[in-house]
Amino acid sequence: MALAVVVVLLVVGSIVFHFMQLYGGPWYFTELAADWGAIDFTMNVTFWVTGFVFIVVNLFMAWCVYKFRQKDGHKAVYEPENNKLEVGLTIFTTVGVIAMLAPGLFVWAQFVTVPEEADQYEVLGSQWQWQFRYPGADGQLGAADVGNVTPTNPFGINLEDPSGQDDVVVNEPNMHLPIGRPVQALLRSHDVLHNYTVAQFRVKMDLVPGLVSYLWFDPTVEGTYDILCEELCGIGHFIMRGSVTVESQAEFDAWIAAQPTFAETQALAATAPDVAAGQAAYALCATCHGAQGEGNQALNGPKLAGQEAWYTERQLKYFKEGVRGGEGDTNGAAMVPMAMTLADDAAIRNVSAYIETLPDQPAAATVTGDVDNGRDIYQKNCAACHLDDGSGTWYTDAPGLAGMSDWYFVTQISNFGAGIRGLHPNDHYGEQMVSMATAMADESEIEDVAAYINTLR
Amino acid sequence: MAYVPLADRDSEMEMHHPHTWIGRWVFCQDHKVIAIQYGSIAVFTGLVGLILSLLFRMQLGFPETADYIDPSFYYQAVTMHGMIMVVYLLTALFLGGFGNYLIPLMCGARDMVFPFMNMLSVWVFLVSVIILMASFFVSGGPTGGGWTLYPPQTNLAGTPGHDMGIVLMLVSLGVFIVATTMGGLNYVVTVLQYRCRGLTMMRLPLSVWGIFIATILALFAFPALLVAAIMMLFDILLGTSFFMPAIIESGAPLDHNGGSPVLFQHLFWFFGHPEVYIVALPAFGLVSDVLSVHARKNIFGYRMMVWAIIAIGGLSFIVWAHHMYVSGMHPYFGFFFATTTLIIAVPTALKVYNWVLTLWEGDIRLNAPMYFAIGFIFTFIHGGLTGLFLGNVVIDLPLSDTYFVVAHFHMVMGVSPVLVVFAAIYHWYPKMSGRMFHEGMAKLHFWCTFLGTYAIYLPMHYLGFLGVPRRYYALGTTDFLPQSAQDLNTAITIAALFVGASQLLFFINIIWSLRNGPKADPNPWGAASLEWHTPDTPPKHGNWGESLPTVYRWAYDYSVPGAHEDFIPQNTPESEEPTVDEQHFDPDQDESLADV
Amino acid sequence: MSLFKTITAKPWETKGVIGGLEAEGAIDAPNEKVALSVFLVVASVVFSLFTVGYFLRMELPDWQPLSEPAQLWFNTGLLVISSVLFQWARNIVNTDDHKNVKIAFITGGFFAIFFIAGQLLTWSNLQEAGYFMTSNPANAFYYLMTGLHAVHLLGGLWVWSKSSIRLLSGRDSNDVKLSIELCTLYWHFLLVIWLVLFALLSNT
Repeated sequence: MALAVVVVLLVVGSIVFHFMQLYGGPWYFTELAADWGAIDFTMNVTFWVTGFVFIVVNLFMAWCVYKFRQKDGHKAVYEPENNKLEVGLTIFTTVGVIAMLAPGLFVWAQFVTVPEEADQYEVLGSQWQWQFRYPGADGQLGAADVGNVTPTNPFGINLEDPSGQDDVVVNEPNMHLPIGRPVQALLRSHDVLHNYTVAQFRVKMDLVPGLVSYLWFDPTVEGTYDILCEELCGIGHFIMRGSVTVESQAEFDAWIAAQPTFAETQALAATAPDVAAGQAAYALCATCHGAQGEGNQALNGPKLAGQEAWYTERQLKYFKEGVRGGEGDTNGAAMVPMAMTLADDAAIRNVSAYIETLPDQPAAATVTGDVDNGRDIYQKNCAACHLDDGSGTWYTDAPGLAGMSDWYFVTQISNFGAGIRGLHPNDHYGEQMVSMATAMADESEIEDVAAYINTLR
Repeated sequence: MAYVPLADRDSEMEMHHPHTWIGRWVFCQDHKVIAIQYGSIAVFTGLVGLILSLLFRMQLGFPETADYIDPSFYYQAVTMHGMIMVVYLLTALFLGGFGNYLIPLMCGARDMVFPFMNMLSVWVFLVSVIILMASFFVSGGPTGGGWTLYPPQTNLAGTPGHDMGIVLMLVSLGVFIVATTMGGLNYVVTVLQYRCRGLTMMRLPLSVWGIFIATILALFAFPALLVAAIMMLFDILLGTSFFMPAIIESGAPLDHNGGSPVLFQHLFWFFGHPEVYIVALPAFGLVSDVLSVHARKNIFGYRMMVWAIIAIGGLSFIVWAHHMYVSGMHPYFGFFFATTTLIIAVPTALKVYNWVLTLWEGDIRLNAPMYFAIGFIFTFIHGGLTGLFLGNVVIDLPLSDTYFVVAHFHMVMGVSPVLVVFAAIYHWYPKMSGRMFHEGMAKLHFWCTFLGTYAIYLPMHYLGFLGVPRRYYALGTTDFLPQSAQDLNTAITIAALFVGASQLLFFINIIWSLRNGPKADPNPWGAASLEWHTPDTPPKHGNWGESLPTVYRWAYDYSVPGAHEDFIPQNTPESEEPTVDEQHFDPDQDESLADV
Repeated sequence: MSLFKTITAKPWETKGVIGGLEAEGAIDAPNEKVALSVFLVVASVVFSLFTVGYFLRMELPDWQPLSEPAQLWFNTGLLVISSVLFQWARNIVNTDDHKNVKIAFITGGFFAIFFIAGQLLTWSNLQEAGYFMTSNPANAFYYLMTGLHAVHLLGGLWVWSKSSIRLLSGRDSNDVKLSIELCTLYWHFLLVIWLVLFALLSNT
C-alpha cells in the first residue's frame, strides 16, 4: 500500500521536478548558441516518448500493487502468457523506438556531413592546455606532426610545408569565432585523449593522439563560452579550461589580425635576444633580487636565477598588464611599476634571457616542515606538471621549483589558495594553480611541500 | 542417454565430504560454501568501493571541508570505485555468489560438475582481490586513469598510479578472468548436464536462465578484456606500441609510435558492454523469481522472458561502440550502433512489461524481498529510459561525459542490480541460514536505499543536462555553471552519505538474524521451485539426501485453478497434486478430487 | 530436440517426467569433454580478438611486415607429428595395444616440447637478426601470438605430463582414456590455431 503511494509520488515528483527545470529552473540545458536546434529537438522527442512510458508503466505498476495486494479469499489468476498482448506491446515499443531513432539518425547524418563552405580551425590539446590554430590567408592549415614539437613550435607544424607559414597560432586557451559562419574544428592531441566541449554548442568530440577528429557547428549567438575537457586526461583534467568568444566578423577579423602567424613566431625565435641590453635593464632588478638573481628575502625579492626565460617573460608581462600584483598582493604590487620600466616585449625578452644566463646556485633553505608528507603531496599532485625533480617544463607551463626561494613558494601557494593570484581573467595559467593549491590543506602542508622541494636541489 | 549414469554421479559426490573445520569452511568444495565465500569476498570488496565513493562524494559535495582529499586521491578513488563495483562486486556476486548457490539447487543437482575447479575459482578470485588491494600500498598508489583505463593516459606521468598501480590493476583483472572462466565453465556445464530427471531447459526458473546466459556472455566477453590487458601490459612493460601512438610525456617525446588508442577502446567496450548484461541478466532472472513467488502468480510470458534474455545476450555483442560515439572513431559507425542499441530496448522493454503484468491480477504479498523487487522495476524503468537518450547517437553528443551518464548507469547498473541483490538475499536468506531475518528492519533498509538512491540520481541527471562534466575534482569557475550546481552536488553528497550509512541496517539484520532470527520454515514463501524442497534447511552437503529429485512441471505453478494450495512444487507428481499439503488436505472440500 | 523446439515449448502445458533418467537435452559426452569444448570456444575468441587487433593495427602507417623465418615450416611439421601421434593413441586406446598407446601418447607430447623449443629458437634467431619486439608492431604481434600459443600448449603439456606419469607407473591405458581423448582434442585445436596464425603471419 505505502509502496504504491510512494511510486505514484515519485512519478509525480519527478515530473514536477522536470518541468520546474524546464521552465526557469537552474539545472537545465544552457541556452543554445549554435545552429544545433535539431539535437535539442531529438532530445525533446525522446523526452516525450520516454516520459510517456515512464508515467504509464509506473502508474500501472502502482495500481497493480494497490489493487492486487493480498486479501483474504483472494486468489491470483493463472495466466501463463498472452500472445496477443505481448505482440501488441512489442509493436507499441517498436513504434516508440522508431520515433526516437529516425530523427536521431537523420540529425547524425547532418553532424557527420560537414558543409563545404565551413571554415576550418585546429584545436590542439595537450596536458593540460588548449591551443588553437587558424589557417591564415591561404585558407589551409599546414601539415603538423607531434615529432616536430619544440618549445618554439608547440603545434609541431612542418617547417617545410609552405601552407603552414601563414597559419595563425594562438598559444593561449582563448579562441574567437565569427558569428553565423559554419566552422569545422579539427581536433588533435599531443599526448592523451582530451575532449573539446562547449556546452552551448551541444557537440563534442575526443581529441585522439595519432589521428585528427572533427566536429562542426554554426555559432549563432555572440558571447564568450567555456571550453571544457570532457575526457579524463590525467590529474589536471578538471583544470583544462579555455574559452571561445563568438563575435561579429569585423571584431573577429581585428582579433585574428593581432595574432602572430607561424612564420612570425619562427622569425622571432630565430633572432637571439639582446642579452647585453637585458643585463643593462637588470641593474634595477638587482636591488631586490640580487646581482646574481640569487634573491633577497628581506626585500621580498625571490630568487630569479635558474628560472627559464619563457616563465620570467610571461610573469613580467603579467605584472606589466596588471594581471599580477593586484588587490591583496602587496609584494606583487611593488613589481608592477618595475615591470613598467621595460618598454616593450623585446625588452622583457632581453632581461628574461639575461636572467637565464645567471649562475643557478640553490637558494638557502628557510622553511622547515614534514618532508615525508611534503614528498607524498608533491609526488602525487605537483610532479605531473613540475616534474619529479622539480625542474618544471614549458610543455605543461610549469616553472622550475627546485632550488628556488622556498619562502616565495609558500607565499605564492597561499596567494593561489586565497584567490589573490591566478583569478585575473587574463591569467590563463594561474587559475589551474588556484585549483591545484587545494592539494595542500593549510599553511603547514604548504611548508611541508616547500621543505620537500628543498631536498630536490 | 547421457554419458554418466545417475547412480555413478551420486556415489561420486559422496567422496568429497569434508571432515575438518578447514575442509568444511576454507578449502571446501560444497557449492553453497563456495557461494558464501564468493559472496563475502565480493561484498567486502564492494564495501571498500562504497567507502571510496563516499570519500570522493565528500570532495564533490564539500570541497572546502574535505581537504584531506587531493586531486590525485580523488581520481584514484573514482577509478577504483568503478572497477570494484562493476567487476569485483557485481560480476563476482551474481555469478560466483548467486550462480554458485542457486544453480545446483535449482537444477536438482548435488553440486557443480567440477567441485574442485569451483573451489580453485574462489581462491583465484581472492588472489585477484588481494592484488587489486595491494595497489593501494605500492608507490604511486592505485591507478587513477578512470575505470575504463584508456591508454595512453593511464601509463603517462600525468596520471596517478601510472607506474605500479596500472600494472597491478591489469594483472588483477587477468587473474579475475581466470577465476571467472573456471567458474563459468562449471556453471555452463552444470546447467547443461546436471539437471535432474524431468527438468527440461524450459522448466528451469528464470534465475538459472539469467545466470546461464550471463555466464556465456562472461566467457565470451572477458577474453576481450584479457586481450586488451595483455597488449597494454606489453606496451607498459616491454615498450611495444599496440595502443601507444607517438606522443609527448611531460615535454619529452616517448619511444612509442603508431599505436591506436581507439583500438583499445574497441576491445575494452567489446568486453564492457556485455559486462553490463553480465550484471543485468542474473538480476533480471532473480527478480523474476522473487516477483512471481510473492505475487503468487507465474511469471508472465515465461517463454518471452527466456527469449528476451537470449536476445539481449546476443545483441549485447553488437552494441559496444555506443560508448564511443565521441571517441573519434569513424563517425559512420554511429548509424549502425545507434540502431542496434535502440533495438535492444525492445526485448528489454518486454521484460519490464512482463514483470508488471506478473503483478497484474496477482495476490501480492508485500514481503521485504517484494519491496526490493518492485523498487527494482521502478529504478530499472528509469535507468532503461535514460539509456535511450545516450544510445541515440546525436543526444549523446551533449550528454556524454557529463553527470547524465553517471546518473544513467548508476540507475541501471548500480541501484537496480543492487536492489535485486538485496531482494535475492532476503528472499533466499531463510533457505541459506535456516533463520528468518527481521522484516521491519529489512523494510526500513528498503526505504532508505530506494528513496535515498533516487534522491542521489534523479538530480544528478539534471546536472548532466546542465553540462556538468564527470570526473571533475572541482567545478572551479565556469560561467555557465551556477552556484546552485555546487549546492545540488552538496545535497547529492548528503543523500549518498545517508544511503551509505543505512546499509548498516542490512548487515546488522543478516548478522544478527543468523543467531537470533526465528527458525525459518523450509519454504516460508510457498515457492514452487526446487531449491525450496530440499530435505534439510539449510541444505546439507549433497543437497538432496538419499536420492535426487525428479521434476514433473515447470517452476511457476502458482495459483493453478483446481489445485488445493496456491503453489505446486516442481517435484510433485501429477498423481499427487492435490496432496501438496497433507495436514490441511480435506478431500471432501476439494471438488477437483471428486473422481479420484 | 532441436534448439528451436526446446525454447518454443510451452512448459506449463506438459506435466510429468520428460526424458529419461538424465535431463532432457543434456549432451551425450563426458562432462570434461563438454567443458573442454566450451573452453576451446573461449580460447578461439581470445585468438580471434588478437587477429582482429592484428588486422586493425596493420592498417596504420608504421606497420612493416615481418618476413617469417623458414624454420617455422619445420616447427609446424613437429606440431603436426605431435597431433598425429595423439590421434593414433586415441584410435588404439580401446584395443589391447597398451604398449603402443603409451609410446604414441608420450612421444606425441615430446614432439610438442620440440615444437616449443623450435619456437624459442626462432625467437632468439629473430632477436639476433635485430627484429626486436619494440621495433615494429608486426614483430610485437609475432612474439605475442606465438607466445600465447606456446602458453596454451604448455597448459596442455601439464595435463599430458600427469597422464604420462600415470601411464609410466604402470596404470592401465583405460584409466587415462578420457585424458588421452581430451588431450587429442586439445592438440588438434592448437594445431588448427597454429596453422591459422602461421598463415596469417606469413601472408601479411
